[in-house]
Amino acid sequence: MKYESFLIKYAEIGIKGKNRHLFEEALVNQMKLALRRCEGHFAVTRSSGRVFVDALEDYDFDEVVDALQHVFGITGICPMVVCRVLPIEELAAEVVKFVGSEYPDRHHTFKVHTRRLDKNYPLDSMQINEELGAAILDAYPEMKVDVHQPEILVTVEIRERVYLYSHIIPGPGGLPVGIGGKAMLLLSGGIDSPVAGYMVSKRGVRLDAVYFNAPPYTSERALQKVVDLAQQIAKYSGTIWLHNINFTEIQLYIYEKCPHDELTIIMRRYMMRIAELLAKKYDCLGLVTGESIGQVASQTMTSLAVTNEVCTLPVFRPVIAFDKEDIITMSKKIGTYDTSILPYEDCCTIFVAKHPVTKPVAEVIRRHEKNLEEKIDEMVERAIETDEILIVEGSGVRKYQGN
Amino acid sequence: MNNEIYLDNSATTKCFPEAAELVCRILTEEYGNPSSMHHKGVEAERRITEAKQILADILKVNSKNLYFTSCGTESDHLAIAGCARANRRAGQHLVTTVIEHPAVLETMHALEEEGFDVTYLPVDGDGVVSPEAVAEAVREDTILVSVMHTNNEIGSLQPIAEIGRLIKEKNPKALFHVDAVQGFGKAQIYPKRMKIDLLSASGHKIHAPKGIGLLYVADGVKIRPTLPGGGQQSGLRSGTENVAGMAAMALSAKMLYDHLDEDVDRLYALRERLIGQAQAIEGVHVNGKEGRGSAPHVISLSVEGVRAEVLLHALEERGVYVSAGSACSSNRPHLSETLKAIGTPKELLDATIRLSLSVMNTEEEIDAAAAALAELIPFLRKYTRH
Repeated sequence: MKYESFLIKYAEIGIKGKNRHLFEEALVNQMKLALRRCEGHFAVTRSSGRVFVDALEDYDFDEVVDALQHVFGITGICPMVVCRVLPIEELAAEVVKFVGSEYPDRHHTFKVHTRRLDKNYPLDSMQINEELGAAILDAYPEMKVDVHQPEILVTVEIRERVYLYSHIIPGPGGLPVGIGGKAMLLLSGGIDSPVAGYMVSKRGVRLDAVYFNAPPYTSERALQKVVDLAQQIAKYSGTIWLHNINFTEIQLYIYEKCPHDELTIIMRRYMMRIAELLAKKYDCLGLVTGESIGQVASQTMTSLAVTNEVCTLPVFRPVIAFDKEDIITMSKKIGTYDTSILPYEDCCTIFVAKHPVTKPVAEVIRRHEKNLEEKIDEMVERAIETDEILIVEGSGVRKYQGN
Repeated sequence: MNNEIYLDNSATTKCFPEAAELVCRILTEEYGNPSSMHHKGVEAERRITEAKQILADILKVNSKNLYFTSCGTESDHLAIAGCARANRRAGQHLVTTVIEHPAVLETMHALEEEGFDVTYLPVDGDGVVSPEAVAEAVREDTILVSVMHTNNEIGSLQPIAEIGRLIKEKNPKALFHVDAVQGFGKAQIYPKRMKIDLLSASGHKIHAPKGIGLLYVADGVKIRPTLPGGGQQSGLRSGTENVAGMAAMALSAKMLYDHLDEDVDRLYALRERLIGQAQAIEGVHVNGKEGRGSAPHVISLSVEGVRAEVLLHALEERGVYVSAGSACSSNRPHLSETLKAIGTPKELLDATIRLSLSVMNTEEEIDAAAAALAELIPFLRKYTRH
């Protein structure tokens, strides 16, 4: 049977009180954006606490479901068959046909659940449930009723038309993007940071991202890889401004002036400082990193504390307590894994010492950073001035040309 | 781009403008399908005949023994897999070397899965296989031997004529395939005199466009097509002919072979010039034989204490384009099999760059590239992992 319409289920939005319409509006906007990538025309409407997608012409089912599965805030997508409001006998025939085509093997327990929003319909919900249930049993004797834990819940909504559905395709959950402000993601080419960006964005937060580029130590392909990752995240989060920061000069300067076993930690402190300056410049309310406790020397509890102290904005670390395996599973799910494992070196790894400090002492690090006093401020300034911005969308990438 | 110094000609070359113009003319004016019966078809067919004749004259063979493919890889594959499968009854044994291009090695691996037995011969420290070792490996049931003319990573030259002679002395029925993708356009290659039965070449390595390859198949060689289809090119290589590519490849080859000897002399001079300046830099080693013992256009340098990828990108910032190891494999994390085969020390495996020349390069470019190396290598060495 052909699905002409989708019922969109959302969970948390429903409980947000007076702000509810804001959330619903954001959800509808994000759905419209996502559906723009699909062939065909669609109407997205809100009606008495529900959001519907109506296909106005032929469309590809898989493509539409995939697009909706990229919209945060959606918990379930129910493909629906639609018919006119019919007398009960004829309606029963439609429902029997629907169940027959949805469940060809028929050996299931079921329950009919009717929502009668059209109060003019001659029977009430209970009566309709009974009539339709009986019709299904007549047509398919191998099916059984179970009102407590049915395998199939056949939902019938009677509005200006009748909507039938029973499958719920899971959505990504979360909150619609655009209601939570914006954050600056420190995006490397690795597995963790794209997942971190995805997770924060899932809470309704828009993203900008910063990438630290270190030519000639990193290649143009490493940058392309990061752009590809940003593009994959943008399919969920919407447009990302990707700031490409040239970090070579700073990195070499640190190498010259500071102990090599502290290189990574000092480098990360400067990355955080630059990310925060950019965040403030572009109205972000926090930083996002893919750090996870103990994963590498610069992510021990002590190292994280030493890195953290250079920031005043909150730093969100959504994968902080995840095992690597879990992060990998998630990156596969969101489609960033295959890109993340491409073998181009990123700037975090090029000068890694054989035995980097795992228990850095903030005071010592601060003292060694004093060796950088002479030139570091102008270098940081130059890095931000030479920021190359790419505007990354799920559908394409373009250079930011200035105001 | 005027300050671009392109030294990655073993990866691909810049198309000769004359060849590019010819391609454009054929695509927009003489665009007929050579199989068509009308004038447009005849015109296109004539282009193919001319192209084959030009290439046949260069190789001193009969033009009916030449076939066009889509690339060097396809030529290698068609030659090796096509002959192995067609001659299976005569034997199941194949011989090759460990430093062949993946087009050859991967075809061999695929044939092993089909039940063929393959012998992979080692090379010496200069990347050269011993002709006696090849002869020794040839058995009664050997159906094909495949040895490359010029190695793509270090430029080592294989003694093709001697290998051809020894193979045929040992087993006249064994076929001899030569992958000349790097050698064609840089050396005189005569299949008949060298006892070569099958020879592969590629257009884009000789200043013609990408998407065109050549295969010479000697008379009497039993070979089975790998693409079933419309029966073009005597049924050996079906598919509508890439007329523009064929004509361009022939034109580029002719432009090179018309004054090959002077060009080769000049390339060797450029190579010596670069090597001389590179060797003056501390900790730089040249791989392969000196002078005329190596190909005129490939220079393989191992640089102590500098990662090849970093040096490559640093050179790129100066407009100098080179490759790390072999371009075909540089996107993969694994290290060069050729460099391993010639015994390159472990710490130099990912510290080896390749500079490859073409007739378009000048002395000024070589000096500028050498100066960039001399400046960058000590600088990059200062910043290393500890």
